[in-house]
Amino acid sequence: MNKTVNQKAWFLVLPVLVLVAFSAVIPIMTVVNYSVQDTFGNNQFFWAGLEWFETMLHSERMWDALGRQLMFSAIILAIQIPLGVFVALNMPKSGFWSSFCLVMMSLPLLIPWNVVGTIWQIFGRVDIGLLGYTLDAIGIEYNYTQNVLAAWVTIIVMDVWHWTSLVALLAFAGLKSIPDAYYQAAKIDQASRWAVFRYIELPKMMGVLMIAILLRFMDSFMIYTEPFVVTGGGPGNSTTLLSIDLVKMALGQFDLGPAAAFSLMYYLVILMISWVFYTVMVNMDKKEEGK
Amino acid sequence: MAKITLDNLAHSYYPNATKEDDFALKELNHVWADGEAYALLGSSGCGKSTLLNIISGLLNPSQGRILFDDVDVTQASTADRNIAQVFQFPVVYDTMTVRDNLAFPLKNRGASAQYIADRVQQIGAMIGMEAELDKRARGLTADAKQKISLGRGMVREDVNALLFDEPLTVIDPHMKWELRTQLKSLHHEFGHTMIYVTHDQTEALTFADKVVVMYDGRVVQIGTPEQLFDKPEHTFVGYFIGSPGMNVIPAQVSGNAAIVQGMTVELGQSFGALDGKVEIGIRPEFVTLTEGKGLPVKVRRVEDVGRHKIIRAELFGEEINIVAGEDQTIGADMNCVTFDPDRVNVYVNDWLKEGEVAG
Repeated sequence: MNKTVNQKAWFLVLPVLVLVAFSAVIPIMTVVNYSVQDTFGNNQFFWAGLEWFETMLHSERMWDALGRQLMFSAIILAIQIPLGVFVALNMPKSGFWSSFCLVMMSLPLLIPWNVVGTIWQIFGRVDIGLLGYTLDAIGIEYNYTQNVLAAWVTIIVMDVWHWTSLVALLAFAGLKSIPDAYYQAAKIDQASRWAVFRYIELPKMMGVLMIAILLRFMDSFMIYTEPFVVTGGGPGNSTTLLSIDLVKMALGQFDLGPAAAFSLMYYLVILMISWVFYTVMVNMDKKEEGK
Repeated sequence: MAKITLDNLAHSYYPNATKEDDFALKELNHVWADGEAYALLGSSGCGKSTLLNIISGLLNPSQGRILFDDVDVTQASTADRNIAQVFQFPVVYDTMTVRDNLAFPLKNRGASAQYIADRVQQIGAMIGMEAELDKRARGLTADAKQKISLGRGMVREDVNALLFDEPLTVIDPHMKWELRTQLKSLHHEFGHTMIYVTHDQTEALTFADKVVVMYDGRVVQIGTPEQLFDKPEHTFVGYFIGSPGMNVIPAQVSGNAAIVQGMTVELGQSFGALDGKVEIGIRPEFVTLTEGKGLPVKVRRVEDVGRHKIIRAELFGEEINIVAGEDQTIGADMNCVTFDPDRVNVYVNDWLKEGEVAG
């Protein structure tokens, strides 16, 4: 069969190109533009080359924020993934209570970020917040505006409260897709509860769990609103995560050049880690099939 | 190995069943003899799998008892009953190798490593997967997975019974034959009590010593393949077993004759007065197409299936099937049928009625 050649077909791609250009390419190129220039006001820009990138790479401030960010994401994943799986395993499998649990668990997911932040900000206040007041009353020293540990515990518990349901819902979907015959066969084979989890439930959930890990990693790595509302990055810089630091630099100090370089590197880190995740996931599937 | 007794057993999926229709499995008393191979045959949804799951303990019956060698196990767990069961769709543990899959039931029971290794090797050979023992189970075909499931079912030697729930549905036809033969030889070798659920009559008839036919939650007949063919106790058995199934024709019966639409059909037995819905059943193999003798039929079409011919005809507006020899010619003027009197069965309300042998 002869293929007809018609270069006009390229015009069909044009709408998408325009859309992508305005939604992604042009904004990113603006940032790239800022990152290689310097300004002293008056809208006058001077070429700065890779200077800002070098500065940022040697900036202790950024490395500290990155360290805090990685710690935050690691703690979040270490708590939310096992907890979500645990919740999913213990949910009623069908009937009224199953739907009830699903709806109740979806509620935190529907609350806007800044509202979640506000809820916990007030909840944790020692003077009027239920949690803060109660802890204080029973003699536990808790003040997220002064105590670093208290601030970290608050933002972590808040994120766990907000997002564990997502992991639980995904894990539950994975569990529901396991045919009854597997459980029956396990009974016949006299598998222990642990063996059922290890050899049936976990392998069948692996696919959705990888997605859950990826989603939770990306989200927690980019988190801004909730900790900003609760702690504002404090006390000191102790809860200043990457995006909070970035906003401080770009809008607080108006250091456009360094902030642009910073955000590009931030973006590349997320892209890289997500790509590694994706590759690992795809290869895992391939390996399993090829074996 | 054990004798399995079902005592007054019945099961309903409704919590408070009273009507007979609510029961997926109607009241049943039966003894599965130790070491026999049974096939449980019936159409989909007739309660076969329910019965099987009750025997293996996956399901608790609404009423009645189950005894293994006269020990009541009704409340015992699947583990305590020590039963092996193979399901319709392959169940394998994806992340394990084939070897670990086969070893799993033995490991869970704490068998010695040496025994497990030997036994797994033996079963691997039996299902023809020795070469694949160290492969992961996940990437295998449905065929291979089901063979692993079968292997896992057979790996324990001390089981009380082996239950199969339509295990060969997903398997290729030629492989089906081979596996069924393997199962049979396994049965001869170890003498396990085996119950094999299927809706395929060929499978049932070739596998089992005794076939249990179920219909609408009830066991309608238990017998050898020969008994099922010659004397179906229920019209369903007649219709379900045989290809094509038995012809069932409404009739009045008195003495040793049946009256079909005013025409007399001779019977091999004689009957007293019969109440209810009376029908006569005759297998297509014992119907002969004639020229002008017997009941009038209209031949619709003739199917030549190689070994014999199946004639689809119409008798008083109802379909009737006739099996004729391969070399018999079907002439245009053959418009009547006769029945072999000794092969005509009489049914009252769908159940077989035995009469006196006519003197």
